[in-house]
This record gives sequence, C-alpha cells and structure tokens, in this order.
Amino acid sequence: MTKPLLEVRRLTIEAFQPETGWRKVVHDVSFDVFPGEVVALIGESGGGKTTIGLTALGYVRPGMRLAGGKVLFNGENILSFSQERLRLFRGASVAYVAQSASAALNPSITIGNQISEGIVQHGLMSAADAKRRTLELLKALSLPDPPHLAMRYPQETSGGQQQRVMTAMSLSCGPRLLVLDEPTTALDVTTQMQVLKTIKDALKEFDASAIYVSHDLAVVSQIATRILVLRNGRIVEAGDTFDVLERPSHEYTRALRAAVRKLPHVEDLPQQRTVARSEPSVSVKNVRATYDNPSIFRRGPAPADVLHGVSLDVYPGEVLAVVGESGSGKSTLARVIAGLHSAREGKVLFRGQAVSSRASRRSKECLKSVQIVFQSPEQALNPRATVAQAIGRPLAFYFGMSRSDRRRRVEELLEMVGIPPEYADKYPKEMSGGERQRVAIARALAAEPSVIICDEFLSALDTIVAAQIVDLMKSLRDRLGTAYIFISHDLATVADIADRVAVMQHGRVVELAAIGEVFGARRHQYTAELIRSVPEMRLGWLESALSGVAGT
Amino acid sequence: MLNLITRRLFFALLALFATSVIVFAATEVLPGDVAQAILGQEATPELLKSLRQELGLNRSPVERYFSWLGGFVTGDLGHSLASKADVLQTIKPRLANTLALAAYAAIVAVPLSVLLGIICAAYPNRLIDRIFSVVSVFIVSIPEFVVGLLLVSVFAVQLRWFPAVVVRLNWSEPLSLLVQLMLPMLTLLCTIVAHTVRMTRAALLDVLSMPYIEMALLKGMSRWRIILRHGLPNAIGPIASVVALNLGYLVSGVALVEVVFAYPGLGRLMVDSISYRDLPLIQATAMIMCLMFIIFNLIADILAVLFKPRGASVR
Repeated sequence: MTKPLLEVRRLTIEAFQPETGWRKVVHDVSFDVFPGEVVALIGESGGGKTTIGLTALGYVRPGMRLAGGKVLFNGENILSFSQERLRLFRGASVAYVAQSASAALNPSITIGNQISEGIVQHGLMSAADAKRRTLELLKALSLPDPPHLAMRYPQETSGGQQQRVMTAMSLSCGPRLLVLDEPTTALDVTTQMQVLKTIKDALKEFDASAIYVSHDLAVVSQIATRILVLRNGRIVEAGDTFDVLERPSHEYTRALRAAVRKLPHVEDLPQQRTVARSEPSVSVKNVRATYDNPSIFRRGPAPADVLHGVSLDVYPGEVLAVVGESGSGKSTLARVIAGLHSAREGKVLFRGQAVSSRASRRSKECLKSVQIVFQSPEQALNPRATVAQAIGRPLAFYFGMSRSDRRRRVEELLEMVGIPPEYADKYPKEMSGGERQRVAIARALAAEPSVIICDEFLSALDTIVAAQIVDLMKSLRDRLGTAYIFISHDLATVADIADRVAVMQHGRVVELAAIGEVFGARRHQYTAELIRSVPEMRLGWLESALSGVAGT
Repeated sequence: MLNLITRRLFFALLALFATSVIVFAATEVLPGDVAQAILGQEATPELLKSLRQELGLNRSPVERYFSWLGGFVTGDLGHSLASKADVLQTIKPRLANTLALAAYAAIVAVPLSVLLGIICAAYPNRLIDRIFSVVSVFIVSIPEFVVGLLLVSVFAVQLRWFPAVVVRLNWSEPLSLLVQLMLPMLTLLCTIVAHTVRMTRAALLDVLSMPYIEMALLKGMSRWRIILRHGLPNAIGPIASVVALNLGYLVSGVALVEVVFAYPGLGRLMVDSISYRDLPLIQATAMIMCLMFIIFNLIADILAVLFKPRGASVR
C-alpha cells in the first residue's frame, strides 16, 4: 500500500466573529490524499471547504486560528513548520489555485514574470531557464502564443486565459499537490469545460495530486477520484466519486445532487412566446458601445466595440434570458439599458419613449421602471447600511414614504423574498450570500419596476441557494407581472425560467427566439456549443462533450 | 483619460480665479477705506488724499480688480508702498529661498516617510507600528512654532550644533548651507512626515489585503518581496498623490516656520508686508502661495488619475 501524500488529522479551526467570539468553523476533519488522487471537497459556501484546503499549505486566513489537529505532508506536520520552512514549502511542494484569477493575479506584474518568479525565488532555476520553463508551461496549458502572452498583464487577457495562467503558475515549481479552489466557477460553461479538461490533463502530465474545492457536483464528477461532502465544517459523506454520485447516503448529498440543474427535454419547453404581444417595456435599437482605455499607460490597440448593433425588445411579464460567454457583451448591454454606460450609437426606449443614455439625465419615473440586481451582493450592498436602510432608500426616493410607512413596506418586501422581518436591522455582513442576494432583489422590487435586470446574479451562489432564488423569481413574476432580463451563462437555469433567449457572441445577438425553439432547433452553431457545454453529472461526460465539439 | 486631466486643469484655473477674487476682496474691498487702513488713524487728510490717488481708489472695485488681475497675469505686480521697489523683483529672491528650504525638506522627508510607512505596513499593529503611531500623533498635535523653538533651544542654544536663525543664505557653500538650514528643515519635516507616513501605511495596507497578495504568500514569496514587488507598485498612485499634497503644504505652509527662524523667505515677506500694511506685496505673496498650493494639488490629482490601478475597469 502506498503512503498517503497528505494526511489531515482531526483538524479543527475557529473563526472570530465580533458578536460571538471564537466559533468553530471546521470540526474534527480527517482525510488522506494519496499520490495521483484528486479529492473533491464539496459543499455549500461558508462550509469550510476553502479553509480546509488552505491548511494543506500551512495557511490559516487572518481572523481564523487552528484549534487542533495535524496536517502531515509526507509524514511531516506542516502546521509546526517555521516561517522560512513554510515559505520554501509553499509553491514548491503544495501549490494553490485561487477561485478568481482576475483577483489573484497581480495587475502590475506581467504574466511571464508572475510565473517565473516562483521558480527563481525557490532557487530552482536561473532566471533565463525559468523564462524558458514558463513558456513551456503556458504551452502545456493550451494558451495561445506564449512568448507574446508572457509579456502581457493579466487584465489584458480573458477570464479563461487568466485561470489557465494561474494553473500554469501553480505548476511552475513542480508541486506534488495542488489545492484548486473553485477554479472554474467564475467561468462561463464553454470556457469552464475547456479549462476543466486542461487542468485534468495538466495534473496527469505533471503527475500531481489535487484537492479540488467546489460546490458543483457535476463539475466535480468529471475530475475527482474521491468526494468528501462537507456541511457546516463537518464531513458528512466520503467515498469514491461513483459511489457518492450513484448511492449517496447522506440527505445533504442527495440535496446537492438534486440541485444540479439539468437541461430539460426540448418538448417540455415553450415553443412559442406565451406572453401577449403588447407594447414592449424596454426596447434596445441598434446599440453600439465601446470602452475607453482606462489609462494612458495601457498598451495595445484602440478599443473595439463591445456591442455591434444590438436590438431587442422585452415585453411585460416575460423573462428574456441573455446568454453567451464572458466578454460577449451581456453585461455591457445591461449597463446600457440601465443608463450606467453610454451607447456610442443607437437608442434605448422605455414603453416606446426614447430615454437618455445616462441614468443621471433620466427622469425619476424612468429610473424607477428599470432596476438592476448585480452578481455580487457583497459589492452592491453598502456594508454600513442596514437592510431596512438599503430597501428604504428607493421607497423614500421614488415614493416619498414616511419613516413608519417605509418600515412597514420593508417588512412586506422582506417577506416577499422569504426573509424574516427581524432581518431589517441586520447589516449585510451578518447574513449569508443567499440572504444578501434576496435583500438585493427586495431592494430592486421596492421601486416597483416594470423590468428587473439580473446580471449573473446566481453565479456567486451555491446550487441549492440558487435553486431557491430561481423559484422566488418565478413566483414574483407570476404575482407581480414584472419582466426580467436574465443575464446568465447557466443554460440549465435559463431553460428553467426564461420565455425567450437571446444568444450573444462577440457583441452581437446571433439568435433570439422562444426558449424551446432555440434549444430545440439549435440553428446557430454557437448555441449548440453552449448547450453541449452544460455539465452533466455522469462520469466521462467531459471527454464525450469535448469530442462532440471537436466533431463539429 | 485626457479628458479627466483637462477637467482637473479647468478646475484648478477656476480655483485660482476664485482665490484672486478673495485675495482682492479681503485686501481692497473689506477694509472700507483702504487708504485709511494703510495709513492708520493718525493720517493727515492730505496724505490720505494722495494715497487714494496713487491707488486709484476713485475707480469702482470691479474696475480696480480687473486692472489688478490684468497686471498680475502679465507679470506687473505693482510697486511696494513701503520701499517703492518693484514687487516682482522683491519677491523673486524670497521665493527662491522658500523653494530651497521646501526642496531640502522634501528631499529628506519624502523618502524617509515613504520608508517609514512601508515599515509600519510591513508590521501592522506590532510594536514598531504602534510606537510610530503614538509619536506621529504627538508631533502632529504640536504647532510648528513650538517644534521650531524646541529644536532651537536644544540644538542651537544647548548643543550649539546648528544656527538658530538664518538671516542670509550662503549660496556659495552648499554644504554649509545644508547645516545652516538644518533646524528650519527639521521643523518642516515634523509637520509633513507624520501625515505622509500614515497615508503611505494606509495605502499599502489596503493593497496588502488584496487576494493577489495572499496568492503571493501561498506561492512562497518572502515578506519583503511581497511588500516591495507585489504590494508597493499597486499603491504608488495614492502614495504619490499624498506626497504631492504635502509638498503643496510645504511651500504654502512655511510662513510660521520662516518667522520663527527669521528666514528670508516668501512667508516672512508676507508677514512683514502685513505689518507694514504694504498692500501690493500682501496681494502678490498671497497669490503666489495659493498658486503653489493649487499647482501641487493639481499634480496630486493628476498622479492619482495616472496611477489608477491598471485594468481597474477593463471589461
């Protein structure tokens, strides 16, 4: 029997919270990682997955502390290493791949230097050799034109490329174990599929084991050899991937499994738009938009258009989904409609009336009719405002409500989105991600808008919470008749909620029709590719889906 | 981008214009009878009359303002009432002295305070950081003239290391000039170092809480490499703008320090001209100090724009 590479024994970690003091977030967790294995840690956000993963690097985040247990790497307890020993250990023996590559790559260091510095600082190679090695790594991760890419800054590349760059960086010193923290969660489905495959191949090629942290059972089933299911900092189920997927023993695993969204059968989808063709709530006519260079130091060509003449209508009471890979212009379209970004050409009409391209020049009535819910409620909610203040602000602004009326309405709205009224006096940081997003929805509803734009607003949430919010959206649409523009790269959710779909690619709407029509006929090749990329929870899906792509 | 800089430039000009209105109003309109204000209570009617003539007080204030502003823009600052000398010629050497002192203080203070700021940020809330916090709050709370006098009593009177006053600058011997200016320089140093250190520390700590810093740590980078290579370049923008702001303060805020050391600079010229009620000189010195302050503010703004983290809004 081979010896385990990593042994986690009775690991207990506490986190500090101002109200409650030190509280356990990881309870008595033990597991092994054997050479060649990919062990998945799966569970909801806040379940302690990342915290456990980071201890494999001898790291406990500020605000947390080790309360017990050992982490042995090749039989040595890394939690008792000296600082200098840890420094040499990190990156060289165990390396980390963070969730958001755009945040985890340094914006002022070129990609090449970020990868090669690890090799040089660990004293493994000379600078020149490290540079050569960097180019090899970039090539191994299927990145285009490595010599050119190495000279660019991370933010000048796409999200998928950034994630590959970070994976290349993690492999640079030849570590035996990688800790992959939701490496594909922030990516759109088509990119996710390719990055997942690249990671899988790279692990094999570089003979590294991995701890794969994720909330997505479908993704994990493609790469993991074993799955540990975590809930509230405890392992509730552990086993081989196949067993956990096919014979889940814990109810939480079953819930996770049920929350994996599958594309429904085409026959079940509405073939025709069900809503009556009345006057559109919002129309976009031939909009072109571009972004300026943010800094004169930025090199590269003049900015190209992000939107190339986009036109679409949103009718009252319908859900119009806008899908497409990142960079296809989905969010820019949302910003143009909301008046946060000025179109270079074209018009935005609300109920047939042309409106200013800038929110600051729009009438109150106009502002009220379109509300937006952003991807990250952490950033969209003011951390210093209570829930009542956040929701009360549009009530005062649009309706001039008195303090007591506002309070009553806030509680009504909270109830509508399924949050107990006593949350009104809480601050965002006292709530979970799902609760915060519900508050953000309540804030949008407070204005009684005719259209709500949801910009990837489920992608930061784990599957179970996302499913609950989709149900909430459906019931709100049926009760209030609000129209939604639902921007997403999650086709399964789109199929579940949308009446019509606009498929965007490279700043153009390449297909726009009723959901059943788009998913059924798959007229456009890109639509077909998107649909094929939705992860399925069966072993070998990744390979078969990719060979399907290669075949077309 | 360029648009933003032109806008800043426009606002700077607007601020300058507003300053000129205030300076003019404060000196020529508010006192009521300017001639009386200049000459005092014992002035004879004949003297008052001739001064009114000389100042052109029979014209309307608006008319006088624009002719004054016109003169200022074209470099004609008028003549001193006390010495009859050309104001521009009087100011020039004084301005050079002030700039020399400010430059001396800046050359010492900027690297020193950025370095201290980096050290504090490297060991947040550790002993060295706390000691500096306490010391800097203490220094900031003491007015410049007290600091100046304390320095004089220790280093000039007790230890006799440096001169207590600077009456004439000895330009021919740069080294002895540095010794000569030591105490005024140290006094100025105290006023700006504390603020710059605090702001450098805050800007750097802000950057050090970014995910890419945690990433660098997990890549096995050493503490100093993380701070200097991964952190500092991303904090340059805010640090540069704090430095520029403080330089503006250095140039315009030296009046008190100059008086304490009897230093022949612009600030003391201003204080002196106020005591002689030398109107053209007061106006000119006030305007030049405001100009300096506005210029450094402008530089601070532009630096902040230029160094905005790359890719902050690239999508």
